[in-house]
Amino acid sequence: MARGGIFSIQRFSLHDGDGIRTTVFLKGCPLSCAWCHNPESQSVAPERIYRAERCLLCARCVDACEHGALSVVGDRLQLDRTRCIDAGACALVCPTGATELVGRDWDVAEVVRVVRRDVPFYDESGGGVTFSGGEPLHQPEFLEGLLRACREEGIRTTVDTSGHAPPEVVERVVPLCDGLLFDVKHTVPELHQHYTGVTNEQILDNLARVRRITRDTGASLRVRVPLVAGVNDGAEDARRVAELLASLDPPPPVDLMPYLEFGNTKYERLGRPVPGFAAPSDERRNAFAALLQGAGLEVTIRGEIYEHV
Amino acid sequence: MSERVARLRERSQAAVPRVSAERARLLTEFYAARADQAVSTPVLRAQAFAYLMEHKTVWIGADELIVGERGEAPRATPTFPELCCHTVQDLDILDSREKIPFRVAPEVRSYFEETAISFWRGRTMRERIFAAMTPEWLAAYEAGVFTEFMEQRAPGHTVLDDKIYRKGMLDFARDIDAALAGLDFLGDPRAWAKQQELNAMRIAVHGLIRFAERHAEHAEALAAAEADPVRRGELERIAAVCRHVPAHAPRDFHEALQYYWFVHLGVVTELNTWDAFNPGHIDQHLLPFYRAGLANGSLTEADARELLQCFWIKFNNQPAPPKVGVTAAESGTYTDFALLNVGGLRPDGEDATSELTYLVLDVIQELRLLQPSSCVLVSRKNPDRLLRRAGKIIRTGYGQPSLFNHDAIIQELVRHGKKIEDARAGGASGCVEIGAFGKENYNLTGYFNLPKVLELALHDGIDPRSGKRVGTSTGDAASFATFADLFAAFERQLRYLIDVKIRGNNVIERLYAEHMPAPFLSVLIDDCIARGTDYHDGGARYDSSYIQGVGIGTVTDSLSALSYHVYDHGTISLPAFRATLDLDFKGEETLRQQLLNRTPKYGNDDDYADAVLRRVFEAYFGAIDGRPNTRGGRYRINLLPTTVHVYFGSCTGATADGRHAGKPLSEGISPVQGADRHGPAAVLRSAAKIDHLRTGGTLLNQKLTPQLLRTDADLDKFAQLVRSYFRLDGHHIQFNVVDAATLRAAQADPGSNRDLIVRVAGYSDYFCDLSWALQDEILVRSVLASFVCTAETSAKRQGPRSDESWRLALGPFRRPARFALPCGLSKTAAPPTFAVPTGRWRPSPAEPHAGGSRVPGDPS
Repeated sequence: MARGGIFSIQRFSLHDGDGIRTTVFLKGCPLSCAWCHNPESQSVAPERIYRAERCLLCARCVDACEHGALSVVGDRLQLDRTRCIDAGACALVCPTGATELVGRDWDVAEVVRVVRRDVPFYDESGGGVTFSGGEPLHQPEFLEGLLRACREEGIRTTVDTSGHAPPEVVERVVPLCDGLLFDVKHTVPELHQHYTGVTNEQILDNLARVRRITRDTGASLRVRVPLVAGVNDGAEDARRVAELLASLDPPPPVDLMPYLEFGNTKYERLGRPVPGFAAPSDERRNAFAALLQGAGLEVTIRGEIYEHV
Repeated sequence: MSERVARLRERSQAAVPRVSAERARLLTEFYAARADQAVSTPVLRAQAFAYLMEHKTVWIGADELIVGERGEAPRATPTFPELCCHTVQDLDILDSREKIPFRVAPEVRSYFEETAISFWRGRTMRERIFAAMTPEWLAAYEAGVFTEFMEQRAPGHTVLDDKIYRKGMLDFARDIDAALAGLDFLGDPRAWAKQQELNAMRIAVHGLIRFAERHAEHAEALAAAEADPVRRGELERIAAVCRHVPAHAPRDFHEALQYYWFVHLGVVTELNTWDAFNPGHIDQHLLPFYRAGLANGSLTEADARELLQCFWIKFNNQPAPPKVGVTAAESGTYTDFALLNVGGLRPDGEDATSELTYLVLDVIQELRLLQPSSCVLVSRKNPDRLLRRAGKIIRTGYGQPSLFNHDAIIQELVRHGKKIEDARAGGASGCVEIGAFGKENYNLTGYFNLPKVLELALHDGIDPRSGKRVGTSTGDAASFATFADLFAAFERQLRYLIDVKIRGNNVIERLYAEHMPAPFLSVLIDDCIARGTDYHDGGARYDSSYIQGVGIGTVTDSLSALSYHVYDHGTISLPAFRATLDLDFKGEETLRQQLLNRTPKYGNDDDYADAVLRRVFEAYFGAIDGRPNTRGGRYRINLLPTTVHVYFGSCTGATADGRHAGKPLSEGISPVQGADRHGPAAVLRSAAKIDHLRTGGTLLNQKLTPQLLRTDADLDKFAQLVRSYFRLDGHHIQFNVVDAATLRAAQADPGSNRDLIVRVAGYSDYFCDLSWALQDEILVRSVLASFVCTAETSAKRQGPRSDESWRLALGPFRRPARFALPCGLSKTAAPPTFAVPTGRWRPSPAEPHAGGSRVPGDPS
């Protein structure tokens, strides 16, 4: 049975598709978007996280670590990064959960046992499971196994993807889901490469591909555009997005996702520079939405219908 | 709302609660004068009731359309010295305490000091009860194992059905006469007792009619002196209404409301039933009058709305009579727990919602009063519109209405032996308690402290807080080799203490039947007239006694922790664990954190903890359900705390779930405060593992942040969440929609937040009137709007977070390494060639990213 890395399963998720949902976050992503909110979702491997404010300095982890990576120095816990291999013994003994190992290996049946628990909520609300990430298509066998198992259970599924995957993976996996959330992060290949680490040719190619597949299967398709001030929120960006989507048959609805500064703390604690991005102003956001709407697209902003005034 | 209603509402809110001596004075006069009269007890009680109805002050306030007060004016609150006479110290405390004060005028204080206290000494029910209890009962009571409702109020706890809208008091008098005529003095040894009871009922019926006539007389006098022709007309109309009802069946909407109100005043003046008495399915009962009035042109929707609002304000004018002693600590509130029901099913099983249902919900939203409380019964047959309408009120943060699963309530009542029509005519009352309205005495006898039972089981029955024997001897904890041994000791303590409680109840029930019959209430509840038997003596068609379990979350998590750490993982031995609890975790913070953070807990859909929950439930159910009471009925369980989880917490030492000594227990069936970390779906799934259908009510509190109910789409999901819980047979759910910042602001500045109403435990109360402990407890109750916010998908959910996961810090960062795991990463997955290309974006302090677009050709 297929296995794969998951870093979180979030029950009662309300905004990643229809109804009441459970979102399964697969770990690992081929992109590394400059504005990523979940840096811990990028790596495929499990990672040790540490919440200093919860730490009692009880030193249980120091004793548990076979690699001698941890020590208490003064009033703080110190990690020797050259020794730590993210084995996770420290997390097992931590009494407060200050140290945790994020991400572990799951098999399909284990995931199904968790998502099955909320079937009454899915049935009542028209909800289901959303596979997000990370990039779920980055683990295609695992995702395929999950989608097939959910289908067998009668659980509806949505896949939330960056669209960056080999075409054969898309052809194989997308027909198995009931809905697709597809990101368009930037329309200019060079800038897409600049901000996400990959170019967008394959993504845009896949967008046309998933339009065809979902049109055939009857699955829903919704495009999501993360809006970041000064990156992709200009009028020319909007025109290019509108042109791109209008070329699809039928043009999919689009949901604008203005940037939020949620992730900044995580970057700080990572010892990485805070990206310093911002959401566009309401005027720019609305202008963007209005332009798409003018092109005949159905537009929402974070799921709420945009009404042009 | 109309100007009239706005003025009435303002006056009701502004009136200062005060102790009224009138009822105590009249009753003392009556008993002093009748002391030697040789009449039976029921007749004496009925005469006392009639005396009150004849002599108590009649109040008709300016602007009022519905008339009558329990005291001599709004918020003048009577006392019941025959049940429990306040001492001078009690009165001084009531007058001066910071929370829930009642002003005591000097003449009231001196009346009690000089007359009432000495007259009632040795005659009160409270004294009779404490004198009759065993030493075992007294030890458990003093240790905080259970409380006793009846020590200062009468067994009331019932709700009215539709009978008064069909029959006048004179019709009831005819039923009484028929029952008298049918008495068999040759064959029935109870014939004389029945005759006395029926005579008493007839006296009570005429007492209430006389009370209404006095209102008519007063209204006529006011009308004669009234200069304003409009008000004069209203007063004449009031007089005419009071001449017709309650003597006769009501003919229109106004009469129906006024009739109920007289009946209400009769019930709460006869005795202090405290809990619950109310009209029940008000939208169903009033619908025929509403439709007929609209059809014949005598009523408009605006008239009906105004009359309903006047009626609502009447409830708000009646603070619950103040308690004394320990009960004051366990339940400090002005609310009298009248819980009106709307929605649900009709007795014939059809959807009961109507245009009047929505009108009543409008009234609730518009008035935002503390009393009466309100709930919406939700059946699968009800439209979603009903839930969405309720959600629109709930999201305003008012704490009302609460939501009940009517389909579950009906199954619970049928399991208790009710006919299905009687079950459907029933609903919820008080906090969450079920009853067959108009046909059942469902009597709450006291709260029961489940975590205290575990504490006693760990200490061989000795209360570690006092060193006294409170429980039975179940052996030294060191001898419990397995979890089964420990659980068996817990169960034996539980059964022993339940036996102590029930033995006491059986005596108390008899004391009330013998000394404190309630002939007026008996007129109203089937089949007291037909049986010629008092409500307190088994006259009701259905008769249930309840013991309300408290702290099931705390005891579940504690047993789960003991099982997990002592028996499964050997983290610590049981004697060492017990010693740690006795020291309140002193020097063992690491262990305590492990208990809080790394131990299976109820409320997370965790089968380990939830299996313990089921076991505790079965033990409690098995110790109580089906046992006989002394009124021909049975014992049942329910799980609700009102506010007693704070008091019980103060009586209970540290618990194995990591709770410190003295802190509040979990409330209702809610998870321990802060223990649920997987969102509402997991809480509801855990809670649904209790077999609600074998209870008589469970209480689940959830706190939502306002953001979660902002849009119409949010309301749909709210409705789906509730429906899902009810699909799993959940009994009740209530929501506090208020953010922690609002509550903290109210704590800091109570003066400007006096109107903040929150859901407490089956009822709403002014936040600033709650004790500090309870305020804090509400603050830490889990906030369910906080979800793990991931990537860009979580924009709307920026509520305060309970689990602080946003403050998580990632460990040392490395570029993505490949899993060395058989996790399905195939050749087709993108290879690690996504190396950062030249020209890749890099953060730089000098590079302002909030600036203009760098997309080529962008004109902006």
